[in-house]
Amino acid sequence: MADYGAFDIVGPRMIGPSSSHTAGAAKLSYTAWKIAGKDVKKATLTLYGSFSDTGRGHGTDKALIAGILGLKPDDERLSSAYALSKQKGVDADVVFSDEEAEHPNTARIRIESKDGSVTEVVGVSVGGGNILITNIDGFSVEFTAEYPTLIIRQRDVPGIITKVTGILADNGINIAFMRVFRQGRKEDAFMVIETDQAVPSDAVKKILSLGPDIVQVRAV
Amino acid sequence: MSIKFDFVSGDELLVLCDANGISIAEAMLKREEKRSELSREELLFEMRLNLDTMRSSAKKGLEEKQYSVTGLMGGDAEALLFYSRGKSFSGESTLRAAASSMAVVEVNAAMGKIVAAPTAGASGILPGTLLTAAEERGWNDDVLVMGLFTAAAVGMLIARNASISGASGGCQAEIGAAAAMAAAALAECAGGSPLKALHAAAMALKNVMGLVCDPVAGLVESPCIKRNALGAANAMLCADMALAGVESIIPFDEVVWAMHSVGKGMQTDLKETGRGGLAATPTAKALRSRLKTDL
Repeated sequence: MADYGAFDIVGPRMIGPSSSHTAGAAKLSYTAWKIAGKDVKKATLTLYGSFSDTGRGHGTDKALIAGILGLKPDDERLSSAYALSKQKGVDADVVFSDEEAEHPNTARIRIESKDGSVTEVVGVSVGGGNILITNIDGFSVEFTAEYPTLIIRQRDVPGIITKVTGILADNGINIAFMRVFRQGRKEDAFMVIETDQAVPSDAVKKILSLGPDIVQVRAV
Repeated sequence: MSIKFDFVSGDELLVLCDANGISIAEAMLKREEKRSELSREELLFEMRLNLDTMRSSAKKGLEEKQYSVTGLMGGDAEALLFYSRGKSFSGESTLRAAASSMAVVEVNAAMGKIVAAPTAGASGILPGTLLTAAEERGWNDDVLVMGLFTAAAVGMLIARNASISGASGGCQAEIGAAAAMAAAALAECAGGSPLKALHAAAMALKNVMGLVCDPVAGLVESPCIKRNALGAANAMLCADMALAGVESIIPFDEVVWAMHSVGKGMQTDLKETGRGGLAATPTAKALRSRLKTDL
C-alpha cells in the first residue's frame, strides 16, 4: 500500500485546472527543457490520448509551452504561455494527435536549441502531478524527476559505471536509484542516476572528462 | 522512550492520541517529523505556505469574476456570496463557506494557483470551510495550520485504505474525501476530541457514498465546482453533528472500507472518463462537441 505524507494530501500548490492534465504536463515539459539544457529556438509539442482529447479545456497545451520556456509548474504565468513564447521569440508548435499511445496522458516534446541540436523527450503524466519520462532521443528510459537526476549517455563498456559512481561518492553524493538502459551490446547506452543531493557542475565536468566512453552528461 | 508515531487506520490514530493526550493534528505532525526528517518548524512553515495560497485563491475567486479556459463556468461564487447577505435557506455562514469553496475551484478552472486538497477538483472545500470559520470565530493562522494537519491525517487514511482519485474511486473519493478532511478539521479546531473529529469525517463520507465522477466534456468544471459547494455544506453539517454528540453508527475505518469497495464496483464510465452520468446527457454531449470546434 502506498504511503502518503501530509503534503501529498494537502498540496501541492499548483496551477489548475487538473493535476494530471495541467500540473503534470507542465512538469513533463519543464523536465524536457532541463534535459535539453539549452536556449530553445523551436519546440514541437505533441499531445496523445486524453491529453489530445481534453487538452485544450485543461490548458495542457499552455502548460507544455510554459515548460519549454523554463516556467516552473506552479508559475502563475502558465495561462499566458502562448503570448510569452511569442515575446521570447520561441516558435512553439502544438500538435493534437489522433495516434494511439500506450498511456492516455502522453506528450512528446521535441526541442530545437539555438545551437542547432535537437532533443526529443517522451513522457507520461501518471496522476497527482507526478510524471514518468519514458524516452530520450529514441532511448527507452524510466525516471520520475522527483530527485536530482543525472542522465548519462555512454558506450556500453566494462568499468564505466564504477568510474561514474566513484566520482559521485567522492563528492558525497548518495545514489537513491540507478538504472542502465541499452539498445544492444557495445552500443550507446543510458545511465539514469537519481540522487539525494544535487550534483554540482564540477562533478559533471569530471564525469565528462572520463574520456570518449562518456558521450553526454545531463543533470536535471 | 521513543514512541513510534505512525498509524495506518483511524483506530490506531485514536489509540495514539489517547495514549499521549494529543490531537489528531499533533499526531500527524509528529508522524511527518519522523517520515520527512524535517523539523517541526519547517513542517509548520511549509503548511503555512499552503494556507497562504489557499487564502489568496479564495480571495481572488470572490473578488474578481473567474472564467474557465472554456468559458463554460464563472462568476457563480460571487453571485452566491452576494446572495448570502440577504435572507436564505442555508444560512449565511454555510453560504459564505460554499461561495468561498466555489471561488477556489473557479480560480482552478481559470488556470489560477490553488492547493490540491486532496485534489485540484475538490480543492475548494478545505479552504472554503476553514477560512470562513476562522473569520467568524477569530481563529488565528496557528489554529488553521493545525487544522490542515488534522485534514491531512484524515486524507492520508482515506488515500491509503481507499482512494482520493476520481479515476479510481469516483467523486466520493474526491469531494467525499475533501469533505471528510474538512469536517474533521472543523471539529478539532472547535475543540472537539479526536473521536468526535473522526465521527465527523465518517458522517461526511457516508453522506456522499457512491457519488460518481462524471465531468462534462471531461473537464474539471461541471459539476465539480458546484459539488465543492455541496462538500462545504456537508463538512459543516457533519462537524456540527459530531460536536453536538451525534455519532456515526459505522466507525470511520469501516466507512472507508465501504467507500473503497463501492469505488471498485463503480463502472469505469462513472470514474472520470467523461463518458457516463451527467457527461452522457444530450446537453453535455452538445457542449463537448461545441468545445472541440470552438476552442
